Amino acid sequence: MRLKVNNIEFAYNSTPVLENISMELDRSEVLGIVGPNGTGKSTLIRCIDRILKPQQGTILLDEHDITNMKQMDIARKMGYVPQSTTRVFPASVIDTVLMGRRPHLGWKSSEEDMDKVLEILELLGIMEFAMKDFNEISGGQQQKVLIARALAQEADILLLDEPTSNLDIRHQLEVMEIMKNVVKKKGISAVMAIHDLNLASRYTDRILMMNEGRIFATGDPASVLTIENIKHAYGVEVLVKSDGERPYIIPLRPIN
Amino acid sequence: MKAKHSLVTKEEVKEQYNKFVGRKFFFIFFFSVLVVIISGISTSLGSADISIWDAYSAILHKFFPNYFESDWLADACVWNLRLPRILMGIVAGIGLGVAGSVMQAILRNPLASPYTLGISSGAGFGASLAILAGAGIVSGKYLIIGNAFVFSLLCSFIILGLSSRKGATPETMILAGIAMMYLFGAMTTILQYFGEAEAVKEAVFWMVGDLDRSSWPKLTLITGALVCCIPLLIIKSWDLNVMGAGDETATSLGVNVKRTRIVTMVVATLLVACIVCFTGTIGFIGLVAPHLTRLAIGGDNRFVLPVSGLLGAVLLISADLVARNIIAPVILPVGAVTAFMGAPLFLYMIMRRGREYW
Ligand SMILES: Nc1ncnc2c1ncn2[C@@H]1O[C@H](COP(=O)(O)OP(=O)(O)OP(=O)(O)O)[C@@H](O)[C@H]1O
Ligand SMILES: [Mg+2]
Repeated sequence: MRLKVNNIEFAYNSTPVLENISMELDRSEVLGIVGPNGTGKSTLIRCIDRILKPQQGTILLDEHDITNMKQMDIARKMGYVPQSTTRVFPASVIDTVLMGRRPHLGWKSSEEDMDKVLEILELLGIMEFAMKDFNEISGGQQQKVLIARALAQEADILLLDEPTSNLDIRHQLEVMEIMKNVVKKKGISAVMAIHDLNLASRYTDRILMMNEGRIFATGDPASVLTIENIKHAYGVEVLVKSDGERPYIIPLRPIN
Repeated sequence: MKAKHSLVTKEEVKEQYNKFVGRKFFFIFFFSVLVVIISGISTSLGSADISIWDAYSAILHKFFPNYFESDWLADACVWNLRLPRILMGIVAGIGLGVAGSVMQAILRNPLASPYTLGISSGAGFGASLAILAGAGIVSGKYLIIGNAFVFSLLCSFIILGLSSRKGATPETMILAGIAMMYLFGAMTTILQYFGEAEAVKEAVFWMVGDLDRSSWPKLTLITGALVCCIPLLIIKSWDLNVMGAGDETATSLGVNVKRTRIVTMVVATLLVACIVCFTGTIGFIGLVAPHLTRLAIGGDNRFVLPVSGLLGAVLLISADLVARNIIAPVILPVGAVTAFMGAPLFLYMIMRRGREYW
């Protein structure tokens, strides 16, 4: 078991956001987190990366409680792709991705780090923006750069907060394929908050559906993405088709 | 898709990147040379007639007496009068330039300057207290200096202390800084309100900032502060880069954001307080030098810090050169001249820059 979350509770200034969350993540597993806006998906991911500290409960990373770990050691094991970022001062794309090497190096970056970064840029097809400024590329391109930075971190677990929200349909599929391949090839695991239920269905091994700060359903895509669950969590009427293995969701209308 | 990838190859990108880094090293070299040249020119200018070569020669004579000649007049003029002042300009410029880039990076705010944490208002109040009321922490010769130093640190530490209780976010720091600026500014005004006209004038002059009070012992002190503080800040510059991507991202990359922010703030504050208590508040350099630097070489703080420091030195000694010579024998306050020369340059660069953000 890579990651084990036991009964965590979290509140921002005493407004409870997460209650009673427990989950596990296996080696080479992609876990999708779905749920309506404001249910606490991002908050959960931040708690796992100890950007936020849950008031209750424990998080075990390879059997170690992360509250006893140094931030740098956590950074070597987990990479995080935020939902969005802004930069005030300029930084080139290549320097941005190079920052992912921070947990592995001191002050100076080596030739080897550079090669790793270039490889990842090539993998994600963003080599042509390498020398551009991060603020001067499109939202989708920025998202790929942030994913590249997390990959450069060479962590065992990737935490992705809506990694495809700004991408067009082709790049969504591309990024998901890349994630799937990286997970398989390197034996790493990923936790991914995602709004597109069809992408979640196709590319995750297991789905955790949240509603109002609690886990509402969890299991393989077919068992979680049912008409009933989606109606209950999102208040939306859908059709669910299946190609035998994975469900396809066709949204119909919101229920009042 | 493959064809699209091969538009730019790894080798090309690497080459471009190396060029990009080379450019940054060039600027370090360029500004270093510029500092030497301007110092030389500045040393040669003044009431006594000394040529540039005599000036360099007099300087080098001290180190290599066998190779360089010097006469008594040049020697006295250069070593006792002009050099302390110019070197003071160099170290103060370096300190303010470096501290400014650190403050801006750490607060992620283009308006931050070495004085954001209330150093200038604290120093101004401390000095006013000494000049106007004769009261202070230490007595005698060092009353003004000591007061300025202690009060600037006091002001900064109140801000740091308050904001660190709230997680030390850039916003709380800046707002706390502005609040303290008003508070200490008001206290200074009250002091001035009840002060003697002559003393008020002196206090105002102190705050504008100049290099008139330079001397070798002071220079040694500031250089010591520089040598202690700047390497510490440069070591942290990679973390400053990471923090530029936001506190969350920096945390996820293993940086202890709160501690790094407070440590670098304390170091930069100490550095600036050491300078300001001797020179008065020479304000503009710490704001402008980092911006001009980023326009030239981009935002990588590992290079922004040293280049901004060197540029700060260039700006300050050029301003001093003008301040001493433009209506000689009157010496204008260098603090005002820096703003006079710097502001139009700064505006020009802002209007010319090709991007919308900093
Ligand atoms: N910094 C914050 N301070 C206070 N409350 C917050 C903060 N961030 C989020 N919240 C609240 O916590 C709840 C969960 O937010 P979170 O960002 O985790 O939702 P989410 O599931 O990621 O939503 P989305 O799908 O819109 O990204 C929301 O009700 C939100 O209003
Ligand atoms: Mg979210």
